[in-house]
Amino acid sequence: MFPAAASTAAPQVDALYVYLVLLSVVMTTLIFIAIGFFAYKYRRRSPDDPMPRAIHGSIPIELTWSVIPFLFMLVMFAWGTKLYFENYTPPRNTLDIYVVGKQWMWKVQYPDGQREINELHVPTGRPVKLTLASEDVIHSFYIPAFRLKHDVVPGSYQTYWFQATEPGRYHLFCAEYCGTNHSRMIGWVDVMDPVSYQNWLAGGATGATMSQLGEKLFEKYGCVTCHVTNHNGPPLNNVFGHPVQLADGRTVLADEPFLRESILNPNAKVVKGYKPNVMPVYQGQIDEEGLLQLIVYIKSLSQTNPQAIP
Amino acid sequence: MADTDLSVAAHAAPTTLKHHFDDREQQLESSTLGMWVFLLTEIMFFGGMFGAYTVYRNLYPAAFASTSHYMNVTLGATNTAVLIFSSLTMALAVRSAQLGQKRALISFLTFTLILGLVFLSIKYVEYHEKWVDHHIPGPGFHYAEPQYFHQAQILFFLYFAMTGLHALHMIVGAGLIITLIAMAARNRFSSGWYTPVEMIGLYWHFVDIVWIFLFPLLYLIGRTMR
Amino acid sequence: MSTTLPLPETTERPNYLNVDYSWKSWLFTTDHKRIALLYLFSITAFFLVGAVFAGLMRLNLLFPDGLFEHDTYNKFFTMHGVIMVFFFLVPSIPATLGNFLLPIMIGARDLAFPRINLLSWYIYIAGGVFAVLAIVKGGVDTGWTFYAPFSTTYSNTHVILAAIGVFISGFSSILTGLNFIVTVHKMRAPGMTWSRLPLFVWAHYATSLIQVLGTPVVAITIVLLMLERILHAGIFDPNLGGDPVLFQHLFWFYSHPAVYIMILPGMGVVSEIIACYSRKGIFGYGFVAFSSVAIAVLGFMVWGHHLFVAGQSMYASMVFSFISFLVAVPSAIKVFNWTATMYKGSITFDTPMLYALGFIGLFTIGGLTGLFLATMAIDVHLTDTYFVIAHFHYVMVGGMVLAFLGGIHFWFPKMTGRLYPEMWARLAAAIIFVGFNLTFFPQFILGYLGMPRRYATYAQEFQVLHVLSTAGASILGVGYLLPLIYLTWAWRKGERSPQNPWQAKGLEWEQSPTPPPTFNFDVPPVVTERPYNYSEEVEVGGY
Repeated sequence: MFPAAASTAAPQVDALYVYLVLLSVVMTTLIFIAIGFFAYKYRRRSPDDPMPRAIHGSIPIELTWSVIPFLFMLVMFAWGTKLYFENYTPPRNTLDIYVVGKQWMWKVQYPDGQREINELHVPTGRPVKLTLASEDVIHSFYIPAFRLKHDVVPGSYQTYWFQATEPGRYHLFCAEYCGTNHSRMIGWVDVMDPVSYQNWLAGGATGATMSQLGEKLFEKYGCVTCHVTNHNGPPLNNVFGHPVQLADGRTVLADEPFLRESILNPNAKVVKGYKPNVMPVYQGQIDEEGLLQLIVYIKSLSQTNPQAIP
Repeated sequence: MADTDLSVAAHAAPTTLKHHFDDREQQLESSTLGMWVFLLTEIMFFGGMFGAYTVYRNLYPAAFASTSHYMNVTLGATNTAVLIFSSLTMALAVRSAQLGQKRALISFLTFTLILGLVFLSIKYVEYHEKWVDHHIPGPGFHYAEPQYFHQAQILFFLYFAMTGLHALHMIVGAGLIITLIAMAARNRFSSGWYTPVEMIGLYWHFVDIVWIFLFPLLYLIGRTMR
Repeated sequence: MSTTLPLPETTERPNYLNVDYSWKSWLFTTDHKRIALLYLFSITAFFLVGAVFAGLMRLNLLFPDGLFEHDTYNKFFTMHGVIMVFFFLVPSIPATLGNFLLPIMIGARDLAFPRINLLSWYIYIAGGVFAVLAIVKGGVDTGWTFYAPFSTTYSNTHVILAAIGVFISGFSSILTGLNFIVTVHKMRAPGMTWSRLPLFVWAHYATSLIQVLGTPVVAITIVLLMLERILHAGIFDPNLGGDPVLFQHLFWFYSHPAVYIMILPGMGVVSEIIACYSRKGIFGYGFVAFSSVAIAVLGFMVWGHHLFVAGQSMYASMVFSFISFLVAVPSAIKVFNWTATMYKGSITFDTPMLYALGFIGLFTIGGLTGLFLATMAIDVHLTDTYFVIAHFHYVMVGGMVLAFLGGIHFWFPKMTGRLYPEMWARLAAAIIFVGFNLTFFPQFILGYLGMPRRYATYAQEFQVLHVLSTAGASILGVGYLLPLIYLTWAWRKGERSPQNPWQAKGLEWEQSPTPPPTFNFDVPPVVTERPYNYSEEVEVGGY
């Protein structure tokens, strides 16, 4: 009846679910009993039975059976909303992992350079934040054992966080129909205790870290020229995680979506003191994985951000 | 004159009270309510696109300001005047029908039709202008400011979708007016019954009002930006 | 006033059926009752097509590795959804029972716009032709929800054909709704005030409001979808500056209210049946009538609960969640009022009543599981899983289809002048009830276990539940076939019905002959009493 519970969110979601199931069972039973009882007690025994007298209604009764169920519903609403906010608001000190979905596979990148297809390795006891990107259509990253999912929407970054609790191997499913092999866009989430996780990380990482790959892209696409050498573009040290003043007067937070947009569509938000139509538009030139590597690199330039060290 | 006095004609024409109605009042009220409900559905129909327009205008204010400069305000304003005037002639047509004045009815309907065709002609000129500029969304689209290429294409797409849907409604309206003219010429209307004139009049006014919303939103607002 | 007509003579008196047998008199009819039958035959045909797709899906799902190619399976569930939603459920009760009964129930000779009524059927058929064309040319694989950018840019199937079919059929729905609204406002017989309207009429009025206000939005959404597929201007394509989630907002703005189109008429039918078979007026008439309208209004404000995991703002999601709970209250009120109607009633259990009671039970389960989905944190786990599928089949099949069958049986004598075979009908109802629950209850469990929807193949551990579900579907299929057979038989060969076989109140039973003449009444009715006035006496201690 219940899948494995492997995250801190899972038992909380299950508890709320049990509350809902109990309420539903009680309500359904009450209705069934009432109907069954009335059907039996008031069944017509003969065609000559007297015509029942009319009972038009009762406002006090109507109010009672409207308000009381609504109060139970308010509990559902409040509890569910609170849990939702918690489950979708990452804490500060997360281990960041980057996921790109494309028809029909999941490409997972770890900051230290590890890459996997259709597998996600996470440690217990530490909050993990997933940044989700899509290369094509809408997908959804669903881990039933964690009771969590979020759509993966092309053109944007979606995130969610979790903290795994039980080592084990759990299903990973795409949960938004995405074409022919939607039902094959599945994989596994491997939860390991912290020591085993470190061993796994050490054993696998051979190539460059995401940040190093990002730095290479930073040079390849000429970003260095304007952002470092001749100051046509704003310097990127200590940008990530801090507010940025724009030319049009707005102030925005320089988070991952901001960085992505600034690379793909630079004129959407021009930084104060700089001109529009100077930075090339990179839409269509860098794939989602490359964008994530660039972003991890730029994050590393923010020394006050504890996530800087990959 | 025999052809301005329709009371004789009314007796000659077949009865226009449908069998399922109790009286003419019920029939007229039903037709009127029906037309208003239909216009409500039209509001929702256009509404979806006004919604999409609002989203993209707010998402891409700079691109919106840029594309606004390619809207031909002169032609748009002319069209606005043409439509408003056509609503006047349409209202006068309804009035003529009310008074049983067949010649005036046909004249005003014809004026309205002509004005509608003028609107559509001007629209054609505008669309042609856009075609020459390569502003029609699709494989041939081209935009002078390359950094706004994609946003401009979406905004022009919405421009064409909204004005195109409106123009389609105008064409249908023109067809309906032609039908009314034909019916009037055959003495189908009298001061006792002219419901189609009234109903199509309502439709025409609605199409006019949609344009009154389209014109400022598509042609005027963006020009104050930048 | 209650009048009983004498039993029919051996030579059948003229009625709307026998007045003319030519095919022209059927295809060019403006009689709302004949149009209702035209609709009945067409929607039954579409139901069978949709059911075949469902059968193929359940067959495939017997095996974890599937049976058909993935692309084929994807087309099955898409066509099943498109046909069942747009070509069966949305028109079902309104275009058949609503068309037939609404004018009679309010004492009118026809709907306000009989020719528009006929037009709406032709439009429906035209839409259906496109849908069938899409199937014949190889099907569509986007899901009935047509999400972008898959539907606009990636799918290689006949999206536009199917979209045109849906677009056209929407106008049929709009015209039906428009007709009903004007009819209820303007064509009520003397004495038929708003507070004397049968609850069936209230339910259809509320449904019509939704049809008229909501359908145009999905129509324009489909237009934008088609244009985007052709021109690739980018409105829903993020690579071209567009927003795929905008499509979802536009789509669900109609499609959520649409689900209330797909339940309110059923609730109207249930009210009529419960009152008749308890021989008592519906408890809380005013509350039930008001609830119908409240559901229609609130139903327009909850569409975002389909987007809790789609990237919608958390605060918007909160508002949508709250209003989703609010909209459950009027539904609950109805269930309680129907139950209370049975208190101190005089109850019999003919087939229509069995269906109505089945509706109450299954709708309760379906509605309660909707609350699970309205609860944001739970929805995160359950959305896009089999839990959602179970939920909406409980309300749409356990609810609406059961009500539809109950209504068809209840008014069968009125429509045909014949009686259906009661034992076969009760058997079929029981088979349907059992088959339905076996099919869909396991799916709640599958959903919480994490089985996603729209999967052609699945993890091994889910197989037992799928086998149970498919077994249920086979039983359900048998259950559906039975009425098809015995109702067709009864139409020709069934025992002739008396004027009012159920001794029900209501203008259609008391003042319109069975079957009715073309203009419904021999004598124009005048209404002098409240609805369901089985007894003038009021229960002491009742209210």
